[in-house]
Amino acid sequence: MSTAAASTLRGATLPKWSPYAIVGGAIVLGVAIGLVGGLDSKVQWGLIAGLLYVLGTYAIAARVEGRRQAKDRVATSLVWVAFVVAVVPLVSLIWVTVSRGVKVLDVYFLSHSMGVVADSQPGGGAYAAIIGSLEQVGLATLIGAPVGILTAVYLVEYGRGRLAKAVTFFVDVMTGIPSIVAGLFILSLMLIFDMEPFGFAGSLALAILMMPVVVRSTEEMLKLVPNELREASLALGVPKWRTILKVVLPTSIGGITTGVMLAIARIAGETAPVLLLVFGNPFINNNPFEGAQSSLPLFIYQQYANSAGANAAYDRAWAASLTLIAFVMILNLVARGIARWKAPKTGR
Amino acid sequence: MSKRIDVSGLTAYYGSHKAIEDISMNVEPRTVTAFIGPSGCGKSTFLRTLNRMHEVTPGGRVEGKVLLDDENLYGANIDPVAVRREVGMVFQRPNPFPTMSIFDNVAAGLRLNGNFKKSELGDIVEKSLKGANLWNEVKDRLNKPGSGLSGGQQQRLCIARAIAVEPKVLLMDEPCSALDPISTLAIEDLIGELKERFTIVIVTHNMQQAARVSDRTAFFNLAAVGQPGKLIEIDDTERIFSNPSVQATEDYISGRFG
Amino acid sequence: MDISTQTADAPPPIPPQPSAAEQKRDARGATRVGDRVFLGLSRGSGILLLVVMAAIAVFLTYRAALAINRDHGNFLTTFEWNTNLIPPSFGIAVLAFGTIVSSIIAMAIAVPIAVAIALFITHYAPRRLAGPVAFVIDLLAAVPSIVYGLWGALILVPHMTGLFGWLNDYFGWTGIFSWDGGAPRSMLTVAILLAIMILPIITNVSREVFRQVPQMHEEAALALGATRWEVVRMAVLPFGRSGVISASMLGLGRALGETMAVATVLSPDFDIHASLLNPGGGTFAQNIASKFGEATSDGRDALIASGLVLFVITLLVNGAARIIIQRRAEYSGANA
Repeated sequence: MSTAAASTLRGATLPKWSPYAIVGGAIVLGVAIGLVGGLDSKVQWGLIAGLLYVLGTYAIAARVEGRRQAKDRVATSLVWVAFVVAVVPLVSLIWVTVSRGVKVLDVYFLSHSMGVVADSQPGGGAYAAIIGSLEQVGLATLIGAPVGILTAVYLVEYGRGRLAKAVTFFVDVMTGIPSIVAGLFILSLMLIFDMEPFGFAGSLALAILMMPVVVRSTEEMLKLVPNELREASLALGVPKWRTILKVVLPTSIGGITTGVMLAIARIAGETAPVLLLVFGNPFINNNPFEGAQSSLPLFIYQQYANSAGANAAYDRAWAASLTLIAFVMILNLVARGIARWKAPKTGR
Repeated sequence: MSKRIDVSGLTAYYGSHKAIEDISMNVEPRTVTAFIGPSGCGKSTFLRTLNRMHEVTPGGRVEGKVLLDDENLYGANIDPVAVRREVGMVFQRPNPFPTMSIFDNVAAGLRLNGNFKKSELGDIVEKSLKGANLWNEVKDRLNKPGSGLSGGQQQRLCIARAIAVEPKVLLMDEPCSALDPISTLAIEDLIGELKERFTIVIVTHNMQQAARVSDRTAFFNLAAVGQPGKLIEIDDTERIFSNPSVQATEDYISGRFG
Repeated sequence: MDISTQTADAPPPIPPQPSAAEQKRDARGATRVGDRVFLGLSRGSGILLLVVMAAIAVFLTYRAALAINRDHGNFLTTFEWNTNLIPPSFGIAVLAFGTIVSSIIAMAIAVPIAVAIALFITHYAPRRLAGPVAFVIDLLAAVPSIVYGLWGALILVPHMTGLFGWLNDYFGWTGIFSWDGGAPRSMLTVAILLAIMILPIITNVSREVFRQVPQMHEEAALALGATRWEVVRMAVLPFGRSGVISASMLGLGRALGETMAVATVLSPDFDIHASLLNPGGGTFAQNIASKFGEATSDGRDALIASGLVLFVITLLVNGAARIIIQRRAEYSGANA
């Protein structure tokens, strides 16, 4: 037994339970400081406890294990604290939306509109907004999805040379356009032709926001289709366009659908362009091509902004938020489901 | 300053799958020991248990003892980080840090372990690069990225990086399998020089290489796919290749399977 | 013109197929027409995208030029937005200041936390926790901004008073953190809300980058006797740096253009304030949303002019992100 050798491998190590003990101590101390100092915000208590945890970890680890181990433990504790700090608001967001949303969310809310109900009064619902959202998003998808998919087909199957490069570049640029700028663009056209707000104008702005997202995701999917498949089809004498339609697109249809659904989920939540172009309407307007409409995100905003603090309006805003989140989440989950369901086939 | 390794009753798992079972062997200081055997026989897994790299893989765990000069690597209070500092490793594919220069790659391990003066650091880097037979090729471009070197040079850079921290044992996991014959020869020559200072354990698929570089050879085999790998025999290299005591070893060496 | 470009860079003509007599029977003319139509459609879509981009630039610039010509203030430096006066007077100084300050503070808060969470998911969390966390953060990136706005206005704002009081007590002397005790509908609250909003996006992209760090680089660091944090510092962060930068730029782009979350939380005015805690200031997008309702058509032109500036700023940010991503692609290509 050489003791010199032993000392190089054996480090003094804190027991396994020590991080939990430090967390517990930090929380107790944080609460104590909060109570004694009379801090009314629980958020501060939490922040103090987090700070104590990080400092405590460093102090204890540095004494027992040495500086390198202490740094390692501080990094670990910081990562955990960051996780908790971020999770709190995000969980709160979901929790509040659900708990407040269910208050007035019922069949009546989904099947009636505001009409002549004053914003400060209870009653009414989001029917007109839901109809508006469905029509606007539907029309935007009818424009945005085919253009996006065809553009991706062009880039992957035909695209060489300067035009393809330019398209690729500007698709990237387009991805970064703020939604309100897309709205302003359609607005500038409407100003030229002196038009009043209507649903389809919003659809156009949403389509602009949708296209680059669809192009990107479709491109990725088409690139996954192995070249051998195309060559095999072409070698059989099948013309290129039929190869694309009958071989390439069917192979990647799952991924393309996922991409389109995620894009729909994104534009369904857009408020700014709808605010500028569709204006909002408490009455049911089934015609997207004439007259102001509403939409779910816009409904939320207007219930919040025009109600001067009336609880009934806030309740409706939360209920509409819950409806919107549910719609977006279902789209997301279904899209992911399709992606997962389709994945093994492309993997083989 | 090399150390001896005594392994007894070592079994390693990936989750519930037993990868190697009940392995015992001794490795003398300042020798080269080669591990040979068919693919999947667990020789790389076993190598990785010698510096506690196996447990880095999710689900990886180990039973048994590995004594490094009488101290069990899997004993209580042993710091795996300290173990890996004592037992260095060179991997199958050269893996210099892509964002670091040649100099910084070699100095990377040193910088972790305390404060060296600039000149001291420079001396050790030079010594390590010379030790890896790379100094003359890179001395004029120490500040260039390590990823700009050829594959064989990158592997020698990784060896320089490993020996810079003065480990007691050097583990090599098929260090030449990604290299061309000339680079392979350079590494084999280097192994011959390095064994003056380190205990070396090398995994190889190439039996000529095992015959050329090692003093002792261990043959691993598995009964069937999905079964754990086992140590069949370990003996002087000469004996293994001329007159092995187990029939399976002879079959493998003469190319009858594997 | 359409036909000439088609023949100019059409795909290489199908090589003569002497043996393919049977195929030729298969309505060769129709094949050609089919190919031509399909190519025309798909290329047309690409061209449509370019036309839309060009139209956005042209029409915004046109309407903006009309507005700026009518402006009796200085478009860049005037501290007011009175578009309904005759003559109108408006300038973007306050908006540019507010937009940039709120976005930068949001980044300063969100990026370190997002990187930490990405590391948490890829390197620190127990595996049973990592998967669900990644999934939930993925979904949170899809929550519409108006919901963040509603939550920010009704939940976050009341929770800020404690923090603001504390900041004012200890750091009020700096001026930046002085607070008169009004409702905390200020730039700092906006920045915190923006940070919460962009956190999932930055986390998701960073997570993907960290996940792509080759195992062999991490093992190299481990084999040198590095602790987990040292592995992260030596192998993970350097590899992921450009990816994190471009993720941050993506988040910055979102923060710069965010409308509803700012419009619901901020109580705006048209001045630049030293204090981040007192209400006031504004951002491009927020100003457009809140001034739009009362704007005449001249006023709308003025808003379009401010939107054009926002457009240019986001283009610059996205351009920078693109350049960084491209460098990374080259670098990893050289490394393959």
